[in-house]
Amino acid sequence: MDAIRTEGLTKHYTKGFWRPRPYAALEDLTLQVGQGEVFGFLGPNGAGKTTTLKLLMQLIFPTSGQAEILGRPVGDVSVRRRIGYLPENPYFYDNLTAEELLIYFARVFGYSAHDSRARASRLLDEVGIGTERRFQLRKFSKGMIQRVGIAQALVNDPEVVFLDEPMSGLDPLGRRDVRELILRLRDKGCAVFFSSHVLSDAEALCSRVAVVVKGRLAATGRLSDLLANRARAWELVVSGVSQSIIDRIKPRLTGVTPLGEGRFSLELPLTAAPEQLLSEITASGGHLVSLNPVRETLEDFFVEQVRATDEAGIVRERTAS
Amino acid sequence: MSAVLIVARGVFKDSIRDRVPYNLLFFAVLMMAASFLLAQLTAGQDVKIIKDLGLAAASLMGVLIAIFIGIGLVAKEVDRRSIYSLLSKPITRSQFILGKYLGLVLTLVANLTVMAIAYYVVLAYLDWHTPANVKLGWEAAATDPMLLKAFALIGVELMLVTALALFFSTFSSTFLSAALTIAIYVIGHFNEDLRSLESFGASPALAMLGRGLYYAFPNLAPLNVTAAVVHGQAVSVQHMLLASGSIGLYVAVLLVASTLIFERRDFK
Repeated sequence: MDAIRTEGLTKHYTKGFWRPRPYAALEDLTLQVGQGEVFGFLGPNGAGKTTTLKLLMQLIFPTSGQAEILGRPVGDVSVRRRIGYLPENPYFYDNLTAEELLIYFARVFGYSAHDSRARASRLLDEVGIGTERRFQLRKFSKGMIQRVGIAQALVNDPEVVFLDEPMSGLDPLGRRDVRELILRLRDKGCAVFFSSHVLSDAEALCSRVAVVVKGRLAATGRLSDLLANRARAWELVVSGVSQSIIDRIKPRLTGVTPLGEGRFSLELPLTAAPEQLLSEITASGGHLVSLNPVRETLEDFFVEQVRATDEAGIVRERTAS
Repeated sequence: MSAVLIVARGVFKDSIRDRVPYNLLFFAVLMMAASFLLAQLTAGQDVKIIKDLGLAAASLMGVLIAIFIGIGLVAKEVDRRSIYSLLSKPITRSQFILGKYLGLVLTLVANLTVMAIAYYVVLAYLDWHTPANVKLGWEAAATDPMLLKAFALIGVELMLVTALALFFSTFSSTFLSAALTIAIYVIGHFNEDLRSLESFGASPALAMLGRGLYYAFPNLAPLNVTAAVVHGQAVSVQHMLLASGSIGLYVAVLLVASTLIFERRDFK
């Protein structure tokens, strides 16, 4: 049984007051996420990530298609006992304290008052909210609210957690804490579905990713498969090379970065043999420091998908038929 | 504890910290100022004026709180997206609406209770301060328990205003919800006139329309017993039950309609 499964999930809105026309926020999304998997749902701003999460949480209803969580339709309220959700830029009740908010949410899950207090205390410790837990939430910074938001998403020890931009508003320390938390959840067998446009986080955490662009699934798969054997250039780091030599070989390079003290990073197209360039450099008194193939990063892959979608001329707004 | 009660408790905790202290302070100051000023200006009428003014202030303050918190309860939750976290938990949208409603009613009851206490404290002070020969001219004791009936009916009125505010805020903007709630509140107080438009020379068609509107809108006039209680006249239990019952029915219809609309709403 998949943790999450969507099939042809589509959401169209109407845009425009005087001349309403359909707008495809999400088009035909089909994907599966396994249990215990950290799945990155990536895309540029406005790609349809939050729309997908809202559809999975039944905050909006699909135009067509279906979605299941842990083998149950998303409309089934009982499935929400087994999931957690952090909305994008969460906001909570100003006049409640962080502790009261978590107790409140724990009570919604049916835990006793005593159990709810214990859960609130444990989770606030886990996300690094100390004595501030007794302050009203209106006094909290954005980062602290984000931490409280993560804590409330875990109040029921969920089997599947949905995190919408979990690193948003966090300082580097907070980001590291959240990364560690996600890995701990994975180790406990919890599936984590997180949407983000911060690719380094996805690269560090996810076993599989999906890239959505303009409401459509552009690519999905294991990171290792998506990026395997996708070297795009050679990178040579050389030292003791004069500027005149660099100027002479420059037309054959795709990039030159001075590193200081006579060291340069040279980028050579993958089609060109690095040996010939290397012999020229050593002949002129230079030394090789390192030679590496430049593999495509998730960022390169992501940009490529976005460009491909742009070139395909996909439009999300249509004239009403 | 059921999900409805848990939500209600959350609403109560959040809103009681927000509004009530300010309202009560304002109300208490108003009452004190009125009592001392009017005691200077009137001879023997001050108790009636204070009773009247106090009930009017309680009603007005309560209606304002009911409208503004009532509309904010849903509209603000949607605008600020605090609703997302709650609705992703095992709670249905109808439980959410009922919990919100109940929580606000509890807040209003608490508010009204403290206002009633402040009201009685001022009246008790006036009673203690007034010579016995002046008190002989009063139609009813300053701390007449009958006044509580007026407070109870104000509470019923606030329950309706809250339900109206909640209903409109499930599908319209904050401003429109406030405008529509105030409009129905005002119409409700003049509803009796709609039934008898013929007597004002209206055409049969207009009179029929008036009668239709009379049945469509709530009739709030029976909830206003201020004149009676201030003058020490009895308000029967039957009147209380009938007036509350019809409003209760209206509230039930509004809550059902609110949940039906809310069940289908997309939170874009």
